[in-house]
Amino acid sequence: MTMPKKLNALTAHEIRDALRAGTVTATEIAEAYFRRIAEVDPKVLAYVDVWRDYGLAQAAKVDEIVRRGDEPGPLAGVPIGLKDVLCTRQGYTTCCSKILKGYRSPFDATVVERLETAGSVFLGKLNMDEFAMGSSTENSSVQVTRNPWNLKCVPGGSSGGSAAAVAADECVISLGSDTGGSIRQPAALCGCVGMKPTYGRVSRYGLVAFASSLDQIGPFTKDVEDLAVALNVICGRDCHDSTSAGLPVPDFTKSLRQDVADITIGLPKEYYTDALNAEMREKIEGAVAVLQKLGAKVVEVSLPHTGYAIACYYIICTAEASANLARFDGVRYGYRSPISGDVHDMYSNTKTEGFGPEVKRRIMLGTYVLSSGYYDAYYLKAQKVRSLIRRDFLDAFEKCDVILAPTSPTAAFEIGEKTADPLEMYLSDIYTISVNLATIPGMSMPCGLTKRGLPAGLQIMSKPFNEETMLRVAYTYEKNRGFEMGQPPIGAQAR
Amino acid sequence: MEYEPVIGLEVHVELNTRSKVFCSCSTNFHAKPNTNVCPICLGMPGVLPVMNRAVVDAAIMVGLALNCTVSKWSKMDRKNYFYPDLPKNYQISQYDLPLCSGGHLEVAVDGRLHRVGITRVHLEEDTARNVHTIGGGDSGIDFNRSTIPLLEIVSEPDIHSAHEAFSYLTALKQILQYLKVSDCNMEEGSLRAEANISIRPAGSDKLGVKTEVKNVASFSGTFKAIEYEIVRQTRALDAGEKIVQETRGWDAGRAITFSQRTKESAHDYRYFPEPDLVPIAVDDAWIDRIQSLMPELPRARFLRFQEQYGLSPYDAGVLTSTIGMANYFEETVDAGAPPKQAANWIMGDFQALLTERKIGIEDCNASPRKLADMIGLIDNGTISGKIAKELLPEMAETGLAPKALIDQKGLVQISDESALLDAVKQVIGANPGPVADYRGGKKQAFGFLVGQVMKATKGKANPKLVNEILQRELKS
Repeated sequence: MTMPKKLNALTAHEIRDALRAGTVTATEIAEAYFRRIAEVDPKVLAYVDVWRDYGLAQAAKVDEIVRRGDEPGPLAGVPIGLKDVLCTRQGYTTCCSKILKGYRSPFDATVVERLETAGSVFLGKLNMDEFAMGSSTENSSVQVTRNPWNLKCVPGGSSGGSAAAVAADECVISLGSDTGGSIRQPAALCGCVGMKPTYGRVSRYGLVAFASSLDQIGPFTKDVEDLAVALNVICGRDCHDSTSAGLPVPDFTKSLRQDVADITIGLPKEYYTDALNAEMREKIEGAVAVLQKLGAKVVEVSLPHTGYAIACYYIICTAEASANLARFDGVRYGYRSPISGDVHDMYSNTKTEGFGPEVKRRIMLGTYVLSSGYYDAYYLKAQKVRSLIRRDFLDAFEKCDVILAPTSPTAAFEIGEKTADPLEMYLSDIYTISVNLATIPGMSMPCGLTKRGLPAGLQIMSKPFNEETMLRVAYTYEKNRGFEMGQPPIGAQAR
Repeated sequence: MEYEPVIGLEVHVELNTRSKVFCSCSTNFHAKPNTNVCPICLGMPGVLPVMNRAVVDAAIMVGLALNCTVSKWSKMDRKNYFYPDLPKNYQISQYDLPLCSGGHLEVAVDGRLHRVGITRVHLEEDTARNVHTIGGGDSGIDFNRSTIPLLEIVSEPDIHSAHEAFSYLTALKQILQYLKVSDCNMEEGSLRAEANISIRPAGSDKLGVKTEVKNVASFSGTFKAIEYEIVRQTRALDAGEKIVQETRGWDAGRAITFSQRTKESAHDYRYFPEPDLVPIAVDDAWIDRIQSLMPELPRARFLRFQEQYGLSPYDAGVLTSTIGMANYFEETVDAGAPPKQAANWIMGDFQALLTERKIGIEDCNASPRKLADMIGLIDNGTISGKIAKELLPEMAETGLAPKALIDQKGLVQISDESALLDAVKQVIGANPGPVADYRGGKKQAFGFLVGQVMKATKGKANPKLVNEILQRELKS
């Protein structure tokens, strides 16, 4: 029996090296993670489906490949959790919605296929806000995931399960999806690394769509190196997704250099206002100072249309969602209301009973903004504003290489704190949604703990399809930030 | 009051590409229900559409054939409505930027050309098919048809009678068949026409309130439905009633239209650009490539046949009615047959044969080469036309060349004078009555005697020679 504590602390690149050195087997690692899940997940509630048999079978396959002396793949033996919005043949794919309870997908998402080919070991499916709509994972129809740093707090959302699982050492890497901050905000609130790559970098095939022009899949990891390793596997053109980019995918691990001497950091003046929590501001400024000391230049930039981003976002994403979610009608799969007299009743009752309040709110909003007579005033106007927001970023990147910003205006808030006021919940995405509207890449990484002992997140943004510069800045900061994040209390108990 | 009907037609054409428009499933929807389906055309969660390039090719070709401008940049849109045969509950279609627009079609009506404007040609996906005959009071859905590519061809309201509408539809179908982009089978729904019909006082330039007639299964049905609507609307206006803007169905059995849906209950389709598909960018090279694949169109071929082969407009019209017949004719001529004779044979005996045996012209064993050979054998006197008429079905049956069949059956024409002289002498000897009649001035007896010679030679005698010899012998 090897030491489970140590195994749970490993990163993907450490696992890869240990497997090749023969000091540990994939099966031992997988066993350690399933034990960890059994131990802490009743408190964290990150997983909605645990694939013990499947994961152990994948691990055994990896061990067999290693025994034969063959190359087991860049993510060989790495335990991975998947947000429940990703289609998997194994287990269920429910988007944590009652309307898809018990639904089994007939196919694997492209990213799932790629991870499997790379030798990953899947641990199961992770909790989320229903259909990825939310910022706290409180909209899940299954359970409310807790923040491993403080079980009274939310993990953020919508990929709250994915963030909490990485933070609580319940997996090494997880995948989430980010439509308006759903990877970066929970990564910030749970103190892990998370990236939304450029729109088009990662295939969306098999991602149950929320807002197709904004959705992007990305990884959660424990450090920047793992982020690069994961991106190498999941990025690239997919013939099943016309919006996936045909551009060549670089080897992202080549960006893992401590070098920011040629980097100009942009700080948008619209982000650093009195509205920003003072403690958060101090953390971000600390991170900027670290990079500045290493030679990075700092300039002020302007994103003049920032004030319109939330309104613009909630028009576009709800419009697309109203169409994307229309297929959940009880006809072919998923939930069907038992009260289904005629087809109209079936539609209406199925949706009324199957969708939660936030999803209904967004479907109604989206239906409204697309309605005849309102389209020009809302949807068309929002598309124009979206172009202006994108233009803002492209202009800013004329003056800088990366933009540094907070990921979230506050650290993790308490469960129930914002559920009464949807608008206040929407405002927690203020620093993240512009990135999706502009289709640029953005990531979040820890930049310290607040006085309450909750993680603060630093957001880094860069030009479209230039994740490499972002990774280099992130890696340099991580290696020079001068403090250890330590482990969340739930993690420390287990170590 | 005197009214002028104003009619516009919307035609839906199912394209016969091998695979569906957004997935690789076969477009064969005759297969067992729900066998040509996949997660994409079933609208399962997480799937994405990918545009089939061959569908865009076909749409561009149709657009060019209808003299449209092909848009360099167009996009797909989502048309939102709920119906069980629409798996995503939105149809991927084109709204404000169709692939092709601003064309026209020249239609011959009563011998004169009438130009009908083509507003637009756009791409969309077909729906599945609701089936209400599965028993037990249940309805089923067959998704084989889901996501089969469709073109919608919308005309300008340039049509003013049921007759013109019928001619337009026929001409359009002929072009689509020439382009080989669709089976154009109305019974199977691969071609569907909807008519927008209004009437206005003759001479007025203001449009009246229109009705839209849907679900008509044939062109003749469309013809009748339009005639019915014109009469119905005329009577209503004359009676001081108002026309209600509505969708009307066609009841073929009772030959009437009936109200289905009024404008007040019309859908708000909430169109918006399809974010899962990239815009369709068509460059000149793409258009040039499609142009180079374009066959000669029916109208051009009709004119050329008259010019090049000296055919009458009627013959040229019949021979260019389908691309198969036109090709067959030209191949027969290319194989050496004189055009007029080739035309007569193809439009006559050959067409009758195809109709009788219910075979397509492309599938017939009697190839253009063989038909040309047969015509050659008539011309050089080897066989008579009468023998040729017997030969043709044999050629179609066996696939053998005419020469081989003639040899096999001993059908060669007797052009040997001495052999025919014997036969003539025998007939004269055996028919003293008619011979006396002829010699007494009853010239019609001659035909009878010729017939007797032909009968005696089992039709193989060269009729020209028989005439000569018989006349000579009767004089002596």
